[in-house]
Parts: sequence; structure tokens; C-alpha cells
Amino acid sequence: MNAHHPQKFAAAMLVAILICIGAVLVGPKVNAAADGTITGSVKLNGTAPHMKGIDMSKDPYCVKANANNAPKLENVVVGSGGGLENVVLYISEGLTSPTESTAVQVFNQKNCMYSPHVLAMDVGETFKVETSDNTAHNIHPNPNPMTGNIPWNQSQPPGAPPVEKSWKAPEFIEVKCNIHPWMHGWFAVVKGPYATTDADGNYTIKDVPAGNYTVTAWQEVYGKQTQKVTVAAGGSAKADFTFQAK
Amino acid sequence: MNSQLMRWLRLLSMLGFFAVPTLVVAQLTRSQQEEWLHTPAVTSHVGDITGDANSGRVKGDYRRYCVGCHGELGDGNGEVAQWLDPPMWPKPRDFQLAIFKCRSTPTGTLPTDEDLYDTIGRGLDRSAMPIWNVFTKQQRVDLVAWIKHFSPRWQTEKAGTPIQIPSEPEVTADRIKAGQDVFARVQCWKCHGVTGEANGPSAATLTDDQGRPIAPFNFTDGSRPKCGSTDQDIYRIFMTGLDGTPMPSFADNIKPDEAWDLVFYLRTLQPHNEFNGREREIAKQIGLKPLNALKLSQ
Repeated sequence: MNAHHPQKFAAAMLVAILICIGAVLVGPKVNAAADGTITGSVKLNGTAPHMKGIDMSKDPYCVKANANNAPKLENVVVGSGGGLENVVLYISEGLTSPTESTAVQVFNQKNCMYSPHVLAMDVGETFKVETSDNTAHNIHPNPNPMTGNIPWNQSQPPGAPPVEKSWKAPEFIEVKCNIHPWMHGWFAVVKGPYATTDADGNYTIKDVPAGNYTVTAWQEVYGKQTQKVTVAAGGSAKADFTFQAK
Repeated sequence: MNSQLMRWLRLLSMLGFFAVPTLVVAQLTRSQQEEWLHTPAVTSHVGDITGDANSGRVKGDYRRYCVGCHGELGDGNGEVAQWLDPPMWPKPRDFQLAIFKCRSTPTGTLPTDEDLYDTIGRGLDRSAMPIWNVFTKQQRVDLVAWIKHFSPRWQTEKAGTPIQIPSEPEVTADRIKAGQDVFARVQCWKCHGVTGEANGPSAATLTDDQGRPIAPFNFTDGSRPKCGSTDQDIYRIFMTGLDGTPMPSFADNIKPDEAWDLVFYLRTLQPHNEFNGREREIAKQIGLKPLNALKLSQ
């Protein structure tokens, strides 16, 4: 059939090829340009619980490293105006395509504490565990192996090279150091874009494609809260959360 | 009256119907495990022996010898488990989680068939797990296959790649001294103590992954290491870590050659045994002194 109209066939093929190339080139760009944000703040209503001071006397290095401040537990950290720090915000419903994160975040052991106390990350995202301390730590996350996240335990003596890892499934994973039992932190593994509140309780989730979403706020003591938001192409949606002090 | 009661009863039974599946999600069921029993992942190979989880005999062996501690579902909750109080008596292994202390594979990976086979034959010192040398090799290899049908992990994961252990060099005074430096540098003493007496500053607060108290290994009281007593075993223990316990892997922080130095130094901390004659002799000759705790903690 086409043999009788070779020019018509060639033209049709050319158009088809151009459309394909166009789709490949334009497709992701359209998405990137339209990415929006979800912003807001997280507050604690009521009196913040007392955070116990930490007795580090079993390791003189740790005592010396904290000589100028009184180290406290960090389960609930409230900043100015009742802002709640270390709350993880993520999209729990509504994401249609997986995200790709290239940033390699650092979870550091500094002055015998974890910095940050909570490290949020995407499933499959590589992160580094480092140590700035001149005392030995062991980094020992304890996920539930049934989720697909397998626990491991590695030593980090002074000058140890960073440990690079990632997690397979969404889970809030507790991390501890057996040598310094007060050291306690979290790997908050979520699917898709995420944010962690700053010292004033503010956050911005970036790179959110247009759509209708459920945003979840997770705090290690107070648990989860959710809100529905609509993000317009390139727009910004707002979601403020308030947790009630127990 | 009666019909109203019936309605309530119906509602209650419906609630029950919905409650059951929620429980199933929370815990593995026997029927799931029965399915895994017939999958290719549930087999084992040690040397030229192939294990069969469906051998008929293995089910009887597990029932007779293992179920009392490890439980019908392999969750470590057998009838006897409640009487085992850590740290004196560690709780039985939970085969559903499939996290094992004694591995030749890196931390965070499944052990090899041979690792599990060795543990059954070796037993675990200072625990209720005896040496099962009454079993034939075939029975032990079959039990390895049987252990694997308790956890979904064997369906999706492969055993880790065993770490390479270079051939053992000759013990020298220099190596023993270098081993002591490694002991100081990576701070084994934080838990095991400067003299290896399990009395380091962090020893008293150690807990396992389930939050139960656990004691570090005491090198000085004649105890046998849980995962084997040979030089190769000791090397493997600190280079893979004992998963599920506070003992981490040192693979990233001790080079293979240094690892042998550390093995030789650790031998000097032990009372005389069948492995450490040479190390103790050299330590005596050179007047090796324990590390200075005060100096270390500055």
C-alpha cells in the first residue's frame, strides 16, 4: 500500500519520529517547571515536656566535648513561639511517580550526640554516616527486617571512614550507639519528597508536582497528623500542624 | 427481643471476622510458612550434602529437639523461652527475623548454610543452646533448610558473600604489640575492658536489638566465644559483628593484616587454652602489660 505513496509514508514517519523525540525532550521539563512546594509550620500546644539532662560521665571525652553546654535528650525540641523541631513532613498519599534524589545527606556523630537528631530521606536515597568524635561509636539502626530494611551494626572509631547506606522501604528507624546508651536518633524513611522542621518549626517540601495530596507530619513522641492539600502547577500550598503536649 | 439479640450476635461475629485478618498481618502464620516450605529457596547445601526441609524426619527432629525453645512458628517463643532470663540465659533465636550472631557474611546480611550448620553443631556457649553433635550431618543440614522456612527473608534475599580471611601469619612479638594498638585504637575496651574482663565503661548498659540486657565477652574467665574458638573464628567475629547484639562489624576499620595482629593480642588475654600457648609465651617474654585505662580515656 505504502509502496504506491513513498513520499506520504516518509512524511508520516518523520512526523511520528519528531513527536516521539519531542515527547522525550519536553516531557520531564514540563514536570520540572510545574513543581510546587508545600510549606507551613509545626507547633506544640501546651507545656513542652522536660527533657532530661544526660550524664556522660562514663566517657570523659563526651563530658569534655560538652563542657560549654548541658546536653539534654532531644525527643521534643521546642523553639521560639512553640515551633517544634525535627518533625518530618512527607506526602503519604497522592504521589503518582517516584522521585529521584541525588543529594547525599550526612548523619554525623558529634560531641556524642547525633546531628541531626532525625534524618529524613527518600526510599533508596544514599546517605552517609560520619563521625567527628575522638571516641569510638557504633552505629546501630534497628529496623523491622520484615519491612525489607535489614538491621546492621558498624563500628566507627576515631577517624573512621564514612559508612554509605540506603533503605529499601518506608519506616521510622531508631538508631542507637551501644557504647553511649543516651545516643538515640532516627532515620525517617519516606516515599517521595520530604522536609524536616527547623528550630522554629518551619518547613518547605520542595519539588512537588501539581496534584492533590495528603501531607503527614510525624514526630517521634506525638506520632502522626495528616492534612489534605492541593498543589497547583508551580504553586505553593500551606499546611500548618499543631501537636498537643501530653 | 430474640431477634434483636440475634442482630447483636451477628454484628459481633462480623467484627470477629474483620479482626482476624488484622492479626494475620501483624504476625506470620503457619500456612504462610507451609507455603515457603515448598519453595526452591528453602533448601540447604553443606559440602556435598543437600538438605531437605520436607524429609519427614526433619519435622520430627525440630518438634522433638528444637520446638521447646524456638517455638512452633520459629519465633523463639517456645514453652521454655519464658524461663530464660538474659543476660545469664539469652532468649532463643527468632528464626522469623532471621538475624543471626554467627555469620561468615557481612553485617546486615543472611548467613550461609554452613554458618547455620556450624552453629547447630557448635552450640552457643553461655546459653541454653547445646552442642547438637548427636545429629548426623544429614540431620543438621536438613534442619538448616527447615530453619529457612520460618522467615520470608529467605524468599527475597540471598546469603551474603563470606568475608575473605587471609592465611594466618606467624605469631611474633611485634604482631602482638601491634594487636594491642588496634585494641586501643578501635576501643574494644569500651565494652570488653582493658584487661578483657568484660568490665569496660559501657559494659553495664548494653542491650540487644530487643532491648534485653546482654554482657560483652569476657576473655579472662575461660568462656568459649559464642561463634567459635579457633583463630579464624575470632577473626570472623570482629570482622562481621554479631548481628542482633551490640557487637559491631569492624570490617571498615581494621585491615586484614591488622586483624590477625588483634587475634594474637586477644589470645594473650585468655587463660591458657589449646589455641594460645605461643601467644602467652611471647607475651610473658616481652613483659606485655595491659593498656592503661586512665590514659585511654583522656
